[in-house]
This record gives sequence, structure tokens and C-alpha cells, in this order.
Amino acid sequence: MDWLTKFPTMETATLRDLRKAIDDSFRSFTRAWGDTFEWFFEPLRIFLIQAERLMLNTPWPIVLAVIGLIAWFASRSWKITGFAVVALMVIGWFGMWDDTMRTISMIFVCTVVAIAVGIPIGIVMARSNRVQAVVNPILDVMQTMPSFVYLIPVVMLLGIGRVPGVIAVVIYAIPPMIRLTNLGIRMVDKDVLEAADAFGSSSWQKLKNVQMPLALPTIMAGINQTIMMALAMVVIAAMIGVQGLGQPVLQAINNQYFSIGLFNGFAIVCIAIIFDRVSQAYGRRLQKHLEIVHG
Amino acid sequence: MADKPAIGIEIRKLYKIFGPNAAEMVARVENGMTKTELNEKHGHVLGLRDINISMPAGGIQVIMGLSGSGKSTLIRHINRLIDPTSGEVVVGGEDVVKMNPDQLREFRRHQTAMVFQKFALLPHRNVLENTVYGLEVQGVDRASQVKSATMWLERVGLKGFEKKYPNQLSGGMQQRVGLARALANDAPILLMDEAFSALDPLIRVDMQTILLDLQKDIRKTIVFITHDLDEALRLGDRIAILRDGNMVQQGTGQDIVMNPADGYIQSFVEHVNRGKVIRVSTVMKQGGAGEGLASIASDALLDDAARQLIASNATHLQVTDAAGRPVGTVDMAAITRGIFPAGGGQI
Repeated sequence: MDWLTKFPTMETATLRDLRKAIDDSFRSFTRAWGDTFEWFFEPLRIFLIQAERLMLNTPWPIVLAVIGLIAWFASRSWKITGFAVVALMVIGWFGMWDDTMRTISMIFVCTVVAIAVGIPIGIVMARSNRVQAVVNPILDVMQTMPSFVYLIPVVMLLGIGRVPGVIAVVIYAIPPMIRLTNLGIRMVDKDVLEAADAFGSSSWQKLKNVQMPLALPTIMAGINQTIMMALAMVVIAAMIGVQGLGQPVLQAINNQYFSIGLFNGFAIVCIAIIFDRVSQAYGRRLQKHLEIVHG
Repeated sequence: MADKPAIGIEIRKLYKIFGPNAAEMVARVENGMTKTELNEKHGHVLGLRDINISMPAGGIQVIMGLSGSGKSTLIRHINRLIDPTSGEVVVGGEDVVKMNPDQLREFRRHQTAMVFQKFALLPHRNVLENTVYGLEVQGVDRASQVKSATMWLERVGLKGFEKKYPNQLSGGMQQRVGLARALANDAPILLMDEAFSALDPLIRVDMQTILLDLQKDIRKTIVFITHDLDEALRLGDRIAILRDGNMVQQGTGQDIVMNPADGYIQSFVEHVNRGKVIRVSTVMKQGGAGEGLASIASDALLDDAARQLIASNATHLQVTDAAGRPVGTVDMAAITRGIFPAGGGQI
């Protein structure tokens, strides 16, 4: 009755050969194409370094003022703006200013990349059910696959550093951007689209004048989700050499420094709250003409 | 502003069948298969059957029917928002069905404009930006866009509302924006799909008045869809009645009220105020011109004739034709017989 209690498996040798074949072929792929990938992602690396340099080299009062102004113009709320400025000042006072600036610049770059890649994919997906049927399961895999698993091939291809970190973060954070762009465009009122057709709009005019503006609040929700997910990846990205608030947390885990972990953790939470409240308030302001005001 | 001459619309042998093998079903429907049979045996839905209408240039053609009669499907064939299964839609000598996508887009930009039941305004644009939409799509320069839009907004009574957003306006005002947007396009054909059906009755009558006033100037070919017979009779130079995708009757409002084609139309017409539909020429006594009588035009409505008779305290009115020549007389008895026909009015 041995066959009932023990699940039948393939031969150990076959399994070993299979793993070896996959590993070898990926390794030779890395060797053959590693340089090409590095060359391809070179602009991203320059962008990252420039963004970080900008955040670190600008005098802190200016950075604080600019973040305050952005928060104010996006949300038009004194409460949110005040919170953003005070929280950043407390973070700075606790000696985490530089790491915070690194993290913010990384999140900024990740969000820009996610928007630049995610919105076009979302648009294509909204236009074709076939593309949607192909892309959706890929997004499911991206969202559920443990992030450590895709860190392995990324590191094998590009080594340790900022760029593989950003790629790992973008892979993890881009699905809501794509999904919500697709959803936003698909939810656009059919009557309004028909009107646009009746006036002879081309597909580009429809996209530009009707679909994108009406989908914008939903797309903003996608951007908000992307930022939040990118922040959640900060510590994991630190494992492959991304500098910022994640690295002290990693050190704290290794050395059991409870207070360092706590301070940096709270700094990440504060940044998350600032980004979330500001982008949500902006999204709500975009929606104000979609609500019914007149009785 | 009717820069472009009005053009007529000719719909010939138009069939629309919904379903995967619609084209193969046309022959079956042509051989007399009914809508129910088609649905039960072949799983296809008959939208329109053998529609033939000739809509004269510069007039208001009303297409009337209850929900499911195919009237909204029919109007969407004119600018081909819906593709027909077979048939021709000839507008200004050109068959819309045969146009390629580019030609169709140009046709929609310059020859037609449409007003929708649910307004279909762009919620993120203010009133002015909504009104310029058609011109923007055409690629007209911004200054002319604004000039034309401002003019039409003023004509529909929305001066001062240019910066408001649709959600700040009532339904009636939103539909005025819809009307201004369509008129700003300066297309010879205006398609109105239940344009006033979503408005409450008083506003609806208001909008009808605005449309009739505008039409005196613009003289466009207007196709107006409605389920409301009173609206149809008030607006329509000609009325076509659809039922279950079939054309049941076409004619002027008076034709339809005086000679309903079947019991279905009879039941519609029964409750109509005939005094507001039937014209004096229909009930007058030919000849016998009376000297010294007050006169009334032969195309005046019975209601107005009755009012004038009462006001002038006379027994007869002299009926004159368009040139002012006397053609006959009319008295209260004739008017009353016109408004309350023998055998009519029973439930």
C-alpha cells in the first residue's frame, strides 16, 4: 500500500536534469544577452541617478517647500499639506532625511516607468478582448508570484543595484496601473462614445477627448495603488542593493535593532500616507464634474 | 445659417436582422417569415423589415413607434452608427451603406449632426467646450469654433452658461446644449433620437417650440424620433409609424388622424386632440364665397378656426388659399364634425 501514502513523483534523475536544463539555458541566455539588457536599461539607470542626485543635492528647505506646494495644488487641503510638511520635518529630525530622499526618488522613478508602460498596455487591452484575455492571466501571475522569485532572474541578468531593484518593483507594482486603465476605458459611458462617433471622431480623437478624460479618475486610482505597492517593495528592493529607507530596516533585521527598524518603518508609513492622501485627493478633484450636483 | 442647401434622405428596402448569420436570413424574411418565427426557428431578431421612406429636404420627418418598434435602430442607419443587413440609405445622392470608414467619418462630420435622448454630453467639459465638439473634430480653427458655438448657445437661450458644467444644469438645459452642439456643426441633416423624451412635459413643449422656431430659419432636414403622438403631430411635416420593425403608415399628421391604416394606429389616434391636427381645408364647403365674412387661411387648424368664429361672433368664416383668394366657407357645425367624428371616440 506504499503507493497510496506516498505521492507518485517523477524520477529524481529526470527532475534534476530538467532543472539543470532550465538553469543552464537561462544562464547561457544571461551570458549572451546580459550586456544587451544592461545597454537597454542604461537610460533608466541615468534617470534614477539624476532623480536621486536632484533630491539629495537640493537644499532641504526647497525640497520641503516643493513637496508642500505639490501637496497643496493636488489636494487643495491644508490638513494634507500640513501633515506632509510636518511628517517630513520629523523624519529629517530623526536623521533619516537622506534615506527618505533616496526612497522618494526611487518611488518617483518607479511610478513614472509604471505609468509610461502601464497606460499604453491598458489602452490596448481596453480595445481588444483578445489582448485582455492574454494579458489578464499574466497580471495575475505578476501579482501572486512571490517577489523573491522574480528577483532571481532579474539579478542574474543585471546584477545587483538600482536598475534591477526598479525593475523588480515595477513588475510588482504595475498590474493595478494596467488593470485600472483598462477598466476605466471600458467603463466609459456608451452613449457619450456613440455621440463622439456620430460627430465623426477618429479613434485617436475618441481616445484623447472622451475615453482618457473620462477614465482619468479610475487611472488615478491605479496610480495611487501603484505608488502604495512600490512603497511596500522598498525593503525587498533593498536586498538587491537599492538604497533608501529599506536598507536600515534590513540591517535592523540582521542585528536585531528594534528601534532602527521602528523609526525607518514609520518613515515609510509616513511617506505612504502622504502619497496616498495627496493622490486620492487629486483623484477626487478630477471627479467633481462627474457627480450630479443639480437635483 | 443654412449655408449648405438642405438635402433629402431616401431609404430603400432596408432590412436589419440581429444575429450571427443575419445576411442569410434576409431571404427568409422577404418570403414572409414573421419576427416570432425567425426568433424561434433561427434565433435571429428582426429589427427592421423592408423600410422605404423618402424624406424631403428641409422638412421635419417624424418616425414614431413604441419601444421595440425599431425607430432608434432606423435613425442610426442614416449616419450608419448601425450597419444595415441589406438595403440602401441614400443621402444627397450618395449611398451611406457603401461608404468606406474614411468617407463615413467625413460624412458624419459634415453632413449630419445628432441629438441624443440621454444628452450624451462630455461631463468633463463645460458648456462651451461641449458645443464646439463637432467643429473641433472637423478641425475648424478655434476662433470660428467659439464664434459659432457662442452664437448657437445664445439661440437656444443659454447665454451666460458657457462656463457651467453639464452636471450643474437641469435636463432641459443639458438638452439645449445637445441641440446647440448639433446645430453648431452646421450640417444639413439633424438627427434627433427621442431628443425630448427624457424631459418633463412642460420643458418638452418648450423645447418643441424652440425647435420649430429655429427650423423656420435653418430649414434643415430633421429626422425626429418619438414615442409620443402629440409630439409627432406637433413637429412632423411628415410622420412615419413603425411597429415591430414594420412600416405601418406614412403621411402627414392629418392623413394619419383622418385615415388610420389599421386598428393599431386607430387606437393611437383616438385620444388625439383633432382640433390641433386637422386643417380647415379638410372640412370646408367648397365655393360659395361669402361677402363681408372674416377670412381664415385654408391651412389653419380647426382649433384656431373655432376660436376665430367665436371671437368674431359670426356663423361662417371665409376660407382663403395661400394667395389670399377665397376658396370656400366653413361653419361651426363643420368644425365640430371635424373634431368629433361620427363613430369616433369610443373606447
